[in-house]
Amino acid sequence: MIIEFGHFTLVLAFMVALVQSTLPLWGAYRRDARLMAVADPAAVVQFLLIGASFAALTYGFVTSDFSLKLVVENSHTAKPLLYKFAGVWGNHEGSLLLWVLILAAFGACAVWFGGNLPERLKARVLAVQGSIGVAFMAFMLLTSNPFVRLENPPMNGHDLNPLLQDPGLAFHPPFLYLGYVGLSMSFSFAIAALLEGRVDAAWGRWVRPWTLAAWIFLTIGIAMGSWWAYYELGWGGFWFWDPVENASFMPWLISAALLHSAIVVEKRESLKAWTVLLAILAFGFSLTGTFIVRSGVITSVHAFANDPARGVFILGILGFFMGGALLLFAFRASVLEAKGVFAMVSRETALVANNLLLAVSAFVVFTGTIWPLIAELVFARKLSVGPPFFDAAFTPFMVALAIILPVGAMLPWKRAEIRRAIRPLRGALVLALAVGLLVYAVQTGKSALGPVGAALGAWVVMGAAIDLWQRLGRGSVGDRLSRLTRLPRADLGKFFAHSGMGVTIFAVAAMTAWVTEDIRTVKIGETFALGSYDVTLAAVNKVEGPNYHSLMADMIVRKGGVQVASLHPEKRMYPVAGMPTTEAAIDQGVFRDLYLVVGDAQDDGGYAVRSYIKPFANWIWGGALLMALGGILSLTDRRFRVAAGARRSEVVAVAAE
Amino acid sequence: MMRGFILALVLVASPAFAVQPDEMLTDPGLEARARAISQNLRCPVCQGEDIDDSNAPISRDLRIAVRERLVAGDSDAQVVDYVVARYGEFVLFKPRVEGSSWLLWLAGPLMLLAGVGIAVATTRKRAVAAEAEGLSDADKTRLAQLLEK
Repeated sequence: MIIEFGHFTLVLAFMVALVQSTLPLWGAYRRDARLMAVADPAAVVQFLLIGASFAALTYGFVTSDFSLKLVVENSHTAKPLLYKFAGVWGNHEGSLLLWVLILAAFGACAVWFGGNLPERLKARVLAVQGSIGVAFMAFMLLTSNPFVRLENPPMNGHDLNPLLQDPGLAFHPPFLYLGYVGLSMSFSFAIAALLEGRVDAAWGRWVRPWTLAAWIFLTIGIAMGSWWAYYELGWGGFWFWDPVENASFMPWLISAALLHSAIVVEKRESLKAWTVLLAILAFGFSLTGTFIVRSGVITSVHAFANDPARGVFILGILGFFMGGALLLFAFRASVLEAKGVFAMVSRETALVANNLLLAVSAFVVFTGTIWPLIAELVFARKLSVGPPFFDAAFTPFMVALAIILPVGAMLPWKRAEIRRAIRPLRGALVLALAVGLLVYAVQTGKSALGPVGAALGAWVVMGAAIDLWQRLGRGSVGDRLSRLTRLPRADLGKFFAHSGMGVTIFAVAAMTAWVTEDIRTVKIGETFALGSYDVTLAAVNKVEGPNYHSLMADMIVRKGGVQVASLHPEKRMYPVAGMPTTEAAIDQGVFRDLYLVVGDAQDDGGYAVRSYIKPFANWIWGGALLMALGGILSLTDRRFRVAAGARRSEVVAVAAE
Repeated sequence: MMRGFILALVLVASPAFAVQPDEMLTDPGLEARARAISQNLRCPVCQGEDIDDSNAPISRDLRIAVRERLVAGDSDAQVVDYVVARYGEFVLFKPRVEGSSWLLWLAGPLMLLAGVGIAVATTRKRAVAAEAEGLSDADKTRLAQLLEK
């Protein structure tokens, strides 16, 4: 009964979304306040209905209702409770329900927090948001219904894929979806602005928090996924340039560009058309990601469902929204007249450069991801594009971005003198070069990766610190520090986000360049050297988990005779899913991770063992968290919080025009 | 989203375990070259894994073949040619810069050039127009209000 109720509320939500996407739009066109007023309650009701639907499906999973096809395919009575919850979105249909739930939640948030939006703009934003909901709920109800019942329920389910039964992965998809779907708000604002024919500083101020929020969620989601890949997928790789990873990375790059260009709109009323285009493209890449994951057109290890009918449907959604939006842009962009002018050397130009590099790097990722498809369709060549290509083609743009970042961040608006702007950065430049040279001298292999990464990282972090220092004004150290708390949060956010980027750049280079690897067969009781550590395989035991059998090794790591860690890498077998997994054991440290993997028993009685020292591993995700923290600080900046005040002065400004 | 490597594992669930200790060469120089080569070769039956990481039996065969060629004295390029001759350019993770693949490699740089061109042209035009007009008084008050906020 509860399941039918959930199914029913989903259909109702679809109906409400239909109303939400049409009446307010018509009302905004006719300037009919009553029709526009439909948008607010519709958005809230739609959210509540989808929420009920989601709760019903969750109930089905938690109570192991095996009359539901989805539960049978993705759950099992012996599965731990956490993964019964996570199982709701660990599959195509359920994750889609989460997708539309988040979409509706963002719509409802626009109602709750958007009290200061002009009526017509809000009606249009909610209508566009509603139309996305219509498309995706139609997709669900027609091709991927999560509420399909079975006539003859089996005694037990097929279990969730063992690789997904992991706390890191349980919360990875919700974050990523919050990011993907959050970009729908920027998209809705862009379309509403085009319909309105007006983009001004206030628009920039309304769009930026949504973009920031989406970008923060994407940052955390990608970092979680990468961390999960690091400890779960075998040998400690953290990024595979897989099509599905790229699908999450492209919107991240574009939304990073968008939240920078929205600053220019907000502060200087320039780059308007470009910002609107970025907002459209950011959501376009989100939809492209959805298409890649769910259509099976591009072969990926991550692919979700390989159903051609679903692929065609999503392609239709993508074509409708992107085609429509770009057409609208082509006709209306010329209306968006830029106001602020700027010289060749200025903060604006630096942000344009930032946007160009981010957009081009996203384009490189996009080209590489779909190139196998193009090569086959157009040139009849079957080829692959993998990590070596992306490393070579993508990295130069990031290096260029890191080089210009500290300079651009300190340039004044409108007109700047490059020499004066660079003066405070001389120390950082000297220090960065010194770090690079030092690293080059110390490291054993003479590869450029480590030194360049270290120099760039130091340059970006030092640059961010000097920028912050300058903002604290003049005077003694104590005077400056006392002003730290009074600084706008956005300035602190900038510092954390930029230094996070520097930390991640350094860590990626360091871990890639200086990893120590050892692969060998080890007998029980045997000790081998790993860098400056001695590793002993003390024992291998059979252990029973709740829904798996495990072969667990007992390994002792010593340094100079002193025990550093006792680690237990496992090789698990999940009998219901019929799948083996390797569970690495990691001793996490500030400067290095010890990473041990145990494999199969060999003919001679030993075990295959892989061991690694991964320097600065945690700094990769630490940098990402710093970036997210910077985003959160910016999001809580005073100018976004005191929205009411912003509205009043905005009314005056509009009247003055 | 990294719904990971599931399919690959399901498809090729075999007891093998990427590079095996017994496959490895005793000469560290040759072994390092073998590893580097394997990391750029795609497993022909998996979903986007290189043969160095892959568990598939065919990857094991390829790893061993790569090492045999190296021991026989082939250069890195010759080893790669040897594999490509048998499995096609599909096994290369980094497409060679030839024929239509030029487009792939030049896509980024070309777009950057185009973007810089457009940006410079637009900024110039606007700067010239602004020089002629300057800021109107209304713009100035508006600007002051915005900066205040």
